Amino acid sequence: MPLTATILAAENNPILPHTYELVVGVFSFLVVFLVVGKMLVPRIQKTLEERTEAIEGGIKRAEEAQAEAQRALEEYRAKLAEARQEAARIREEAKAEGAQIKAELREEAQAEARRIIEAAQAQIEADRQAAFTQLRAEIGRLSVELAGRIVGESLEDEARQRRIIDRFLEELESTTTTDARAVRG
Amino acid sequence: MNTPTLLLAALPTQAEDPEGFHAPGPEIFDLPPLWEGAPTWLTKPTLLAALSAVILIALFWGAFANPKLVPRGLQNLGEIGYMFVREQIGRPFLGKDTDRFMPLLVSIFFLVLVWNLMGVFPVIQFPVASHIAFPIVLAAAVYLLRIYLGIKHQGPIGYFKNMMFPPGVPKPVYILLAPIEFLSNLVLAPATHALRLFANMFAGHMLLAFFSMVGFYFIFQNFSVLGFPVGVLGTLVTIAMTALEMFIQFLQAYLFAMLAAMYIGGSLHAEH
Repeated sequence: MPLTATILAAENNPILPHTYELVVGVFSFLVVFLVVGKMLVPRIQKTLEERTEAIEGGIKRAEEAQAEAQRALEEYRAKLAEARQEAARIREEAKAEGAQIKAELREEAQAEARRIIEAAQAQIEADRQAAFTQLRAEIGRLSVELAGRIVGESLEDEARQRRIIDRFLEELESTTTTDARAVRG
Repeated sequence: MNTPTLLLAALPTQAEDPEGFHAPGPEIFDLPPLWEGAPTWLTKPTLLAALSAVILIALFWGAFANPKLVPRGLQNLGEIGYMFVREQIGRPFLGKDTDRFMPLLVSIFFLVLVWNLMGVFPVIQFPVASHIAFPIVLAAAVYLLRIYLGIKHQGPIGYFKNMMFPPGVPKPVYILLAPIEFLSNLVLAPATHALRLFANMFAGHMLLAFFSMVGFYFIFQNFSVLGFPVGVLGTLVTIAMTALEMFIQFLQAYLFAMLAAMYIGGSLHAEH
């Protein structure tokens, strides 16, 4: 008998299904389809979708954070540049002010110095004048006394005496002044 | 006597020598009830079919019962399997409709895969799909769904018109083409869908049984110096064939689910 014939003639023909196997097959398939297919597969589908969303959301959030950080950085840089400009401006102002103050102080100091020198000179002049006046009187008296001693009592006439002394002193003064000029010059 | 007869006469047959080697035949698929007195339907294939369903549910329950955004352990494995079905089986034929049919495709692919792998699982070693009833159940489910979807999406007339009268063909050719397309789509496709899986598992199991029988017979049952190398060869071939068989088992599960996706895709949109 050929093999095909043997197979077909067999008591349990392999290409004819047993009814009870069909039933068990349907049952197994239905159970798997309901539990694995209808119950578990949607769960993993949902999880995979959530994962995709989570990853996409994460990337989006990271991009936003990046942009935010960039913005903040720009802001800080702008502020820093502004602060630098401000500092430079203040420095310039301070420098200018300082220079001005220095100039003013110098001016003042010079004026003060001039004033002190002038005052000192005036004082000296006054002192000199005073000394001179005092000296003049003294010299007059001493000279008269001296001359009296020398000439004797002849010169007792007061008026005459005064005139002679004054004349003498004037002469003396003019020569002294001339002498002093000559010495200074 | 002609040559084939001579060769046949030279081979020891069961009739001539009850102790001699005889190749396992289709009778290895006839399995009695599990124990004496057990109901007729409680056989190794039905038990394995149910066991496969239980294993599958347990694995997927462990993986997807409480799925986490950051996957751990079994969920990783389950996701790899899910992604494989979605990207390799669903996406090419169903496009944006893939997600809708993932429950069916995942169920079909993994159920067939587990059924098939039972064929090489130590001790069990029986591919469930080598009993044609099981492929028929799945093929019939796909077939009914396919016709239902076709009529729903293309209309009762449109579906058969699109199927039998594809555009772009000279009119007289339809005389020949229409019946061929009708037969091919409505009779041959579902039949081959079931038969391809069944025949592959059937033949694979026969081959494994034959080579392991060669190894067993020549090494243990009827040891002889001359027979020993034959037995060793049989054992080695059995190991190699087991590896090949595992590949074919995977391939057939993939093909079965892929054809299901293709048929469903064809019903959703007119193909031509």
